[in-house]
Amino acid sequence: MGIISSSIARKVAMALSGLFLVFFLGQHFTINVTSVIDPDTFNEWSHFMGTNILVQAVLQPILIFGVVFHFIMGFILEVRNRNARAIKYESYKGNTNSTWASRNMIISGLVILAFLGLHFYDFWAPEMNIKYFKGDMSGLLDPDNVNSGFRYYEELVHKFESPIRVGIYCLAFVLLAVHLWHGFASSFQSVGFNNKYSKALTKFAKVYAIVIPVGFIFIALYLHLNQLPH
Amino acid sequence: MKLTLKIWRQANATAKGQMVTYPIDGVEEDMSFLEMLDVLNEELINKGEDPVVFDHDCREGICGSCSLQINGEPHGPDRLVTTCQLHMRMFNDGDTIVIEPFRATAFPVIKDLMVDRTSFDRIQQAGGYISVNTSGNTIDANAIPVEKENADESFYAATCIGCGACVAACKNASAMLFTSAKVSQYALLPQGQVEATTRVLNMVEQMDKEGFGNCSNTGACEIECPKGISLENIARMNREYLSASLKG
Repeated sequence: MGIISSSIARKVAMALSGLFLVFFLGQHFTINVTSVIDPDTFNEWSHFMGTNILVQAVLQPILIFGVVFHFIMGFILEVRNRNARAIKYESYKGNTNSTWASRNMIISGLVILAFLGLHFYDFWAPEMNIKYFKGDMSGLLDPDNVNSGFRYYEELVHKFESPIRVGIYCLAFVLLAVHLWHGFASSFQSVGFNNKYSKALTKFAKVYAIVIPVGFIFIALYLHLNQLPH
Repeated sequence: MKLTLKIWRQANATAKGQMVTYPIDGVEEDMSFLEMLDVLNEELINKGEDPVVFDHDCREGICGSCSLQINGEPHGPDRLVTTCQLHMRMFNDGDTIVIEPFRATAFPVIKDLMVDRTSFDRIQQAGGYISVNTSGNTIDANAIPVEKENADESFYAATCIGCGACVAACKNASAMLFTSAKVSQYALLPQGQVEATTRVLNMVEQMDKEGFGNCSNTGACEIECPKGISLENIARMNREYLSASLKG
């Protein structure tokens, strides 16, 4: 049995891919939060990310690989873990020794996976269609009119018109917080980092796990409520 | 105290088991949990029934023989004690107590509440030792200086009694806490450095072969461990494993 199939190697791979996604999440949030501060900045940053060759040709495939790898590895580990206890307990009090978040990463992970499907349908697929199938790299609302302005903010606001979609997004962000609450802090333990700095790092991870999803919820609600007739 | 016991009964390793309910009276709060089961078994024997089989030996919390999942927790609701040290004062008159064997594919049931934990022995045999030539010129262990901090941590790791509560508590039936304690107790000492690389690789490989699950850092093992073995040992084993893998 080689290193690739060892339980520790898989655990470290899971942690590293998770840390990469946590870093991406912070970057995604930083760009999105500009939509409530200054739409022009949001448009400019979105256009840069959407047209920069390094981001599109290198970072985007790495990100997609990271997401797919994290989910596939999560399922592989879940199957192995279920097989490790073929006969279940009649009575099992997991809440006396561990958090709900830590015991149900597969549930929060599946909700996030379902959300990603919606998120890709909402933003990523149309973006790929406009840029790479229709060949419009201008990022303009009207590609024939250079004065029409960028389309990114308008598209974002349009997506948050529906209260049902906003509700689904908010629910997914709550589960994202639950997933990060355990996943971010525990990834340090997985890669072997447990020393005098661990407590401070864990606190940072817990704060991050709340602040980023709550920030995303705030953006979704702000963009939705801002459209309601006053 | 009057209690209702729901106990897993299974005739042998291949038989289909089931929960059987036994009312029991006259339980004193100063009895240990195993003494309470002794009382039940005496009643069963007097009635001509098969007594409940369970593991036990020293009955003072040091041998690691006793096990039992009691009301959903390994070694019961108390902390830092084994089942033999658990007293009936932890329960109330009229309680129903569910008693099951430690559940893990790597811990198959032998009979009733007794499970086969020799998978732990095989992990230990894969590298949980140091090779010392005892032909007569062995250096006195005390002649080798060891940092106090490392000596203490090594000692704490060595207090693991190998009872299997970590596996029983873990939702994934992972044996990482046990294996990491055995790796750590040598990794922290100069005597353990000679075989450090092969030790961690071989012990982890054996752990995986036995069919234990993967650690997902829930921390349940540390909470339920009767000896309070720390999760720090798992982080240390992960470091040791990565370092050993890179060295080849």
